[in-house]
Amino acid sequence: MYHKNECEGFQCEQRMLEDSLGQPNGEFGILDRLVAWFRQRSLFVLAYGTGCGAIEMRPLMTSRFDAERFGIIGAPTPRQADVLVVSGYLAIKTLKRVIRSYEQMQEPKYVIALGSCAINGGMYWDSYNTIKQLDQYLPVDMYINGCMPRPEALIEGFVALQKRIKRGDKGGYARYRENIDWYKANQRKVLGDNMPPDYTYDWYHTGDLA
Amino acid sequence: MIHHLLDALAMLGMSYVIGFLFYGFYRQFNARVQRRWGPSIWQNFFDNMKFLFKSETVSHGAMFFFGPMIIMAGAITTVLFVPFLKDSIWLQGFSQSGNLILIIYLLVVGPLGNALAVGSSGNPYGVMGVTRGLTRLMGLEVPFFLGLALVMLQHQSASVHVIMAAQDGIANWNLFTNPIAFIVMLLPFIASQNASPFDVVGAPVEVYAGPRVEFGGRLLGILMTQNMMMTVAKLVLIVDLFLGGATTVPILLVKAFALFLLTAMISLAFPRLKTEQTVDFFWKIPLALGVIGVIATVWLPWS
Repeated sequence: MYHKNECEGFQCEQRMLEDSLGQPNGEFGILDRLVAWFRQRSLFVLAYGTGCGAIEMRPLMTSRFDAERFGIIGAPTPRQADVLVVSGYLAIKTLKRVIRSYEQMQEPKYVIALGSCAINGGMYWDSYNTIKQLDQYLPVDMYINGCMPRPEALIEGFVALQKRIKRGDKGGYARYRENIDWYKANQRKVLGDNMPPDYTYDWYHTGDLA
Repeated sequence: MIHHLLDALAMLGMSYVIGFLFYGFYRQFNARVQRRWGPSIWQNFFDNMKFLFKSETVSHGAMFFFGPMIIMAGAITTVLFVPFLKDSIWLQGFSQSGNLILIIYLLVVGPLGNALAVGSSGNPYGVMGVTRGLTRLMGLEVPFFLGLALVMLQHQSASVHVIMAAQDGIANWNLFTNPIAFIVMLLPFIASQNASPFDVVGAPVEVYAGPRVEFGGRLLGILMTQNMMMTVAKLVLIVDLFLGGATTVPILLVKAFALFLLTAMISLAFPRLKTEQTVDFFWKIPLALGVIGVIATVWLPWS
């Protein structure tokens, strides 16, 4: 069976990004460990319902699957949220709003891409006004595959994210800060002149990189 | 001096710990009523710690930052002036006489700081929440203070210590000797705890997070902390005034928990009122009861 190990062409961009992520975990002391533990026990979710995936968030949060027992609870505004769940395909118009919501969140923040539409375009692959890979525009921490994923799969994804936070992984927001130029260039490619205002990432202009 | 310092630290620590445990219990209780498992009882502590260790990049000027500090200072001073125990040298608070009047003033510091901070942020949902809060305050303060005045009148004293000491034995609790004052107090008390029929301020899904809509990281953590401490301060105040106070910490916990359970059950059973309905309600039922109470206490011959 043909199995490709090496990336080709634009696929290497992702590899390059992930290589830059390998931070030394040397200074992960006892206080960091404690804070990371609190963090993973309490995830406030901003569920951005762009597509049909939003319908899976309701049973997740309510009595049947009850995500609150993992400390996962909905946040009313992006300012108070830790996790941005992008549920479904993203039209170019919604991408702009998602970027803005993401940049308003306080760090540390994480992104979960829900469903195949956010991973590779899914059934909207050859649509003229949706984006295909969310990861080129926002740093995705966790993919949950499916069309649509069941709430059990969502819980599985959230628990996997919790494990990563507990381990002290920096998460996508660090990648976003380090490669802001690449992300902004990608965003500009699809949004053109219609870019969101830049005061939501004003750390970029003050030189407070990474 | 060292005694006072230790006492203050113990009061603050106790109010924080009781606060997050009670709120954790409330969330579990809520979950069980809705046939869920619910989070662990420590969940509020985890949330609070997480927010205190998050970044805060939002800034709307100095007042946005000082508002939560004012609210927090109000909560801390309120806790320090409410005596937790009677017949003890510990957990006494910093004032022996006239502290009830001081507490009445301190209770208003919170809403004031809130209005200052949110007003400077300019978020329409926050401003809406503050407006609703101040409107509700207009309704709930009159019966609240009337209830307190009834108790002060009954005992001819404005000291929580004196009122507490007068209620020796269950038959002398103000809950039984002055039930009208208790009912007049209870309803505004539920409202000031932001419990359900009167939770118009931070009303979820109506005004998003209300006044807190613009606070994200550390400032939200501070607001959560002060909310938990303030809840305990008010619970302990009601226990002192109506349930005879407590001589030991376990008794205090039991009494405060009973009161908390009462508010939790009322808030789970009743849906949210609209702002004007809340004010209407407060101006009609508790206020009318309060007026009847004043007449019964002051003018009628058996008083």
